[in-house]
Amino acid sequence: MRYDSLLDSLGGTPLVGLPRLSPAPDVRLWAKLEDRNPTGSVKDRPAFFMIEQAEKDGLLARGATILEPTSGNTGISLAMIAHLRGYRMICVMPENTSVERRQILQMYGAQIISSPAAGGSNEAVRMARRLAAEHPDWVMLYQYGNEANARAHYATTGPELLADLPGITHFVAGLGTTGTLMGVGRYLREQVPGVVIVAAEPRYGELVYGLRNVDEGFVPELYDPSVLTTRFSVSASDALRRTRELLDAEGIFAGISTGAALHAALAMAAKARKAGQRADIAFIVADAGWKYLSTGAYSGTLEEAEERLEGQLWA
Amino acid sequence: MAIEVRIPTILRTYTDGAKSVEGKGDTLAELLGDLDSRHHGLRDRLVDEAGLRRFVNVYLNDEDVRFLGGLETPVADGDTVTVLPAVAGGSR
Repeated sequence: MRYDSLLDSLGGTPLVGLPRLSPAPDVRLWAKLEDRNPTGSVKDRPAFFMIEQAEKDGLLARGATILEPTSGNTGISLAMIAHLRGYRMICVMPENTSVERRQILQMYGAQIISSPAAGGSNEAVRMARRLAAEHPDWVMLYQYGNEANARAHYATTGPELLADLPGITHFVAGLGTTGTLMGVGRYLREQVPGVVIVAAEPRYGELVYGLRNVDEGFVPELYDPSVLTTRFSVSASDALRRTRELLDAEGIFAGISTGAALHAALAMAAKARKAGQRADIAFIVADAGWKYLSTGAYSGTLEEAEERLEGQLWA
Repeated sequence: MAIEVRIPTILRTYTDGAKSVEGKGDTLAELLGDLDSRHHGLRDRLVDEAGLRRFVNVYLNDEDVRFLGGLETPVADGDTVTVLPAVAGGSR
C-alpha cells in the first residue's frame, strides 16, 4: 500500500484472529495490531488528532513548545509529529521508565524532564501542570482530558473494528488515559446493541500507588464509567504470563500492557463459552515488545520477570 | 475461611502495617463494617455518605465493584478484595 508520507499511513491496522487462543469456533478472539502505526503504538492516533486540533484552534505555530506528562508512547508519537512540524517537545516523565523510551524520545529531539519515580504518572501530571503554569506560552495538550484523544478512536479505531468484524460482541483495551475505551466504546455502543466494553487496568507495584493520602488520587477527565460494562485490575504476573502466551501460541510479540488486555479478553471468552453464547472479542495490541526488552520481561522464568518488573512502569 | 482484603501502603496505618487483613460479611458494606471494628477509621478512608470515595478503587477478585453492585456487592469466603488508590498509572 502506498502513502504520500509516514503520517498519511496512520491507522488502518490489521485485525488478526487468534485461532489457538480462541476457546471455541464460535467464541473467537481478535487482536487489533496497533503496533503497526507510524511510531509503533496506538498513541499515534490521539497524538495526531490532538496536534491537528491544536493547530486548528490556533494554539500551535511553528516554533511553539509542546509540554506533556508522558512516560512513553504518547510522548514518542507527539515527539515524532512535533519534529516533522517544527515544534519543540518537552516530556515530563517518571525517572523509572525504560531506557529505550528515553532514547527514542531523544532521537526525535524531545527534551526530557524527570519526575520522581514514587507516585508514577500522578507525579508527572502534577509537575507538568506546574510547569505549564510557569510557562503560559507552552502548549500542554493534556492527553488525560483532551477530547481529541477519545475522538481519534471514535473516528478511526471504532469504525475500523466494526468494518472488519461486523459481528463484534466485546471490545477490550487497556485503561490509562481512557481515550481508547471512551472513543471506541461510544462508537460501538451507537452501532452495536448490547456490545460489551471491558477495561483492563494494569495493577502496578506499590511504589506507583505511593500517594500521601487517598484524596490525592487521579481519575482522567475523559473517563465516563457509563461507557464501560466492566473493569478488571490485572496484576503484573497475569499480564506477563499472557504476553508470553500470545507470543508462544500466536507468534505476536506484544508489549506487556497487551498481556493485561488479553487476560481480560480470555476471561470474557470463558464466560461466553460457559453461558453457551457466541462471541467475537476484539482487543487492542497497544504496542510491540521491543521497548520493554531492557525490563527483563521476556527472559528467564515468569517469577524472575515479575520480580524485575516490580517498581517499573510496565504499561 | 474468610475474605482476604489487600490494603494499599497509604492505608496500612490502620492495619498496623499489615498488607492484607481478613474479614467477613455477606456484602462489601458488611465486610468493611467488620474490618472497621478491628481497624477503626479504615472504613471512613474508603467510604463517605455518597458511597465509595472518588479516588478509591475496590476490586472483588480483580473486578471493579462499581460495575458489580457497589457497596451492596455480595462477597463470600474465599474471595479476595483489593483496595487501591486511583492513579494516573504508567506509561501513557
